[in-house]
Amino acid sequence: MTKILRKPNLVLTTLFILLLNSSLFAKSDEGHDGAVDTKDEVGEYILHHIKDAHDFHLFSYTDSHGERKHVGFPLPVIVWSSKGLTTFMSSKFHHDDSGHQIVEANGTRFVKLHSKIYELEEGAEAISFDETHHPTNAHKVLDFSITKSVFGILLVGLLMFIWFAGLARQYKKKQIPTGFGRVLEPLVLYVRDEIARPNIGEKRYREFTGYLLTVFFFIWILNLLGLTPLGFNVTGQLAVTAALAIFTLIIYTFKGNKGYWGHMLWMPGVPYLIRPVLAIIEVAGAFLIKPFSLLVRLFANISAGHIVVMSLIAIMVTMKSEMGAVGATSLSFVLSFFITLIEVLVAFLQAYIFTMLSALFIGMAVEEHDHH
Amino acid sequence: MEQLLNDFSPGLFVMQTVLLIGLIFLLVKFAWKPILNSLEDREKGIQDALDAAESAKKEMQNITADSESLLKEARAERESLLKEARELKEKILADAKEEAQKEGDKMIAKAQATIESEKKAAVADIKAQVATLSIDIAEKVIKDELSNKSKQQKLVDDMLGDIKLN
Amino acid sequence: MTVPNLVGAGLIVIGAGIGLGKIGGSAMEGIARQPEATGKIQTAMIIIAALLEGLAFGALFLGK
Repeated sequence: MTKILRKPNLVLTTLFILLLNSSLFAKSDEGHDGAVDTKDEVGEYILHHIKDAHDFHLFSYTDSHGERKHVGFPLPVIVWSSKGLTTFMSSKFHHDDSGHQIVEANGTRFVKLHSKIYELEEGAEAISFDETHHPTNAHKVLDFSITKSVFGILLVGLLMFIWFAGLARQYKKKQIPTGFGRVLEPLVLYVRDEIARPNIGEKRYREFTGYLLTVFFFIWILNLLGLTPLGFNVTGQLAVTAALAIFTLIIYTFKGNKGYWGHMLWMPGVPYLIRPVLAIIEVAGAFLIKPFSLLVRLFANISAGHIVVMSLIAIMVTMKSEMGAVGATSLSFVLSFFITLIEVLVAFLQAYIFTMLSALFIGMAVEEHDHH
Repeated sequence: MEQLLNDFSPGLFVMQTVLLIGLIFLLVKFAWKPILNSLEDREKGIQDALDAAESAKKEMQNITADSESLLKEARAERESLLKEARELKEKILADAKEEAQKEGDKMIAKAQATIESEKKAAVADIKAQVATLSIDIAEKVIKDELSNKSKQQKLVDDMLGDIKLN
Repeated sequence: MTVPNLVGAGLIVIGAGIGLGKIGGSAMEGIARQPEATGKIQTAMIIIAALLEGLAFGALFLGK
């Protein structure tokens, strides 16, 4: 046992599998049968997938009684409603995502609609919609649930902590790491020597390397996790990428030196009349365009990647009638195989670009300007 | 745009921010700092080792150069010593020869001088003896001859003739 | 998605495609001319491509 405990990765994986097994639950779906067959259903399924989810759904099947079973495990819902903090398990929604399953908790009623939790207003018995399918008698609540994305973030955070704290521990005993540390060390060196050092400069790169390393591995591992059949789409959530981009924004805003602000607000070396105009452009660039481009790029690339891969996989369903089962499946397999290879590259590239641009922006803010 | 804003979940944003702050804090404290420190230490160690090897190489070169110059010096020293010795030998030989020559000359001169003085003494002695003998003879002859006047005269003449011979 | 939206998206993609092509082509030319500067050229290329990508995505989402 002690020998096993010394290998944290193994323990983590085992725990994960145990968790899956112990909390597997199969429940029949009460709405439509949930099978994904038509083009519309495929489209809906894909759009549903790229959103966050309140339960961890692995796969569904139809059992011998013709009942649709979903396999996965529920995650806790934590919402800030009009009656204060309310928690319950997402299994209470019974996989309903259309707003029909009402959950009563803490004296308020909740429904789930398109992966969002709504609070029904006082006295409302069922959700009603206007003509654009917006609910009329319910409003969104602040949702701090351990959603699938938060679960992914926690998982990756734990993994990163185990890996890198383990690597750090290895250095105490020996100069050169062994085992998995041998894979991690060149990556750490890569981020330090290829991203942080050339973009921030020899003098100050040390203080930002920690942030850049964290962000790089966080995004990369989550991107790769998104390519596994677990179906995470964490870096494809606008909220996650926005938080990452705002971190970078805060760092380069607060660490910016006198020269940076001087060049932004009162650009030296240009006629005085142009300076205020330039200042407006520069301020917009620093506070809007830079973070916006960071957050949108990551979000769009990962979401688009997921949509493309899933669409190509769906070819085996949608093209079955035209090409036959074998033809559709092989076409789908070949196309999705190659696009997945490209997505593996994109997963790294997006992590690299996000880190690289963060380093570049930080470098621009802390570089020493020569006096004009 | 509207749909995107609709999809944006403030709750997830808050969770992500909180978790990311925690993750950055934990990783910086427990992973990145020690990792980067030990990486830098290792790089410094490697650099130091390289520098040390370089300086050792240089030292080695210096030592080789030193020993070579020492060897050269020693060789020159030996060379000069030998030369000196040879010169000394020659000088000594020459000196000895000269001395011997001188001594010999001196001895020869001394011997010659002695011979000369001996000869002179001998000659003087002989002269004295001859004189004494002559006187004795003369006395006897005179004694003998003086009985006869003519004989006396003849004797004196003869003797005078004899003396002239010497 | 309405027709004008789709046309706009197409225009954005055409523009971005031309831009990316120019960046990539110039970078290849640069690398062919100076193979020893490959790393630097690649970095610069990726940064510019990323900026262009950000612009294109921004436009696409504004139109969505």
